[in-house]
Amino acid sequence: MIANCTPESAQPGGTFSAGLRSSGFAEWNRFAAVNDEFIPLHMGDEAGRVAGYPGAIAMGRLQWSWAHNLLRAWLGTDGRIASVSMQFRRPLLRDAMFDIRAHIDVVRLVDTGDQILDLTIGLENESGEILAPGTATLHVFTPGGSVAGSPQRAQL
Amino acid sequence: MPLLTEAMRAAVGSLIDWRVSYPVDESDIRRWALAVYYPSAPPAVFTDRASAEASGVEFVAPEEFNPFAWAVAECMRATASRRGDPDALECMLGLPPLAFTTQLNGGTSAQYGENIRVGEVIRAESRLTSYSERDGRVGRMLFSVTTATWTNQRGELVRTERATSIRY
Repeated sequence: MIANCTPESAQPGGTFSAGLRSSGFAEWNRFAAVNDEFIPLHMGDEAGRVAGYPGAIAMGRLQWSWAHNLLRAWLGTDGRIASVSMQFRRPLLRDAMFDIRAHIDVVRLVDTGDQILDLTIGLENESGEILAPGTATLHVFTPGGSVAGSPQRAQL
Repeated sequence: MPLLTEAMRAAVGSLIDWRVSYPVDESDIRRWALAVYYPSAPPAVFTDRASAEASGVEFVAPEEFNPFAWAVAECMRATASRRGDPDALECMLGLPPLAFTTQLNGGTSAQYGENIRVGEVIRAESRLTSYSERDGRVGRMLFSVTTATWTNQRGELVRTERATSIRY
């Protein structure tokens, strides 16, 4: 992960990203196995071509998980994911390089002393074209700030 | 030629289905994490319950975890055999099939509430939120938005999720 800020130092304009990588059937089949998603479009190039693409495409739900992975990795022990939204506008093809990036747009302080961060997120190809734009809201716990009953998430 | 019919418009707001998961197992969480982090190793908090809890960390599922994959304990109707079927939505709503050949995930939006923990039973209730249609590069496309509300066995809100499906 590449980041120019931490949850504690988050300010508008802060960014973090997962780093360039690719994916293919090894990743997609594993996800199909746990999400019951053995859909031909994700399993073979011919079905992808029938659907109008150059070949098989990655599952939107797997891209969704990768975005959550990035948010969890950045939050570490300091917060939780409150919401995520993504649109899968362009296909992610097999072996294509991609990255997932997050940009902090707004930092809000709430009554508990915690911070709420509104982010723009996106899965983009190595040319910087956004294939899956989105948004996320993160709840960052401030030491001594969270009140009793505040939801606690997994701590990484 | 328009895809939307009066019957489809009238179905907006209708209950599509409900499902109740089997109790979430520690292995379900571990396998999910192994799959979504591959080829990296998942964080130990999703794979090693004992060490996570020994260090004061609660062992919970990743936020986006799906407890309904493959089989459910109870459901409003048997839909498992229609997984991936582009006409499944209309079938479940009692509408005539539209004979689509392709179904894509157009987008997902989720708000998270309570964590999903080992042993919990999750119920999801899905409703049709909207239908719309537009022209795309492959012809006329139908957009359907569904909203699912997930609760745990205590009735606490776990997730509210809107999913957009694109079919042509």
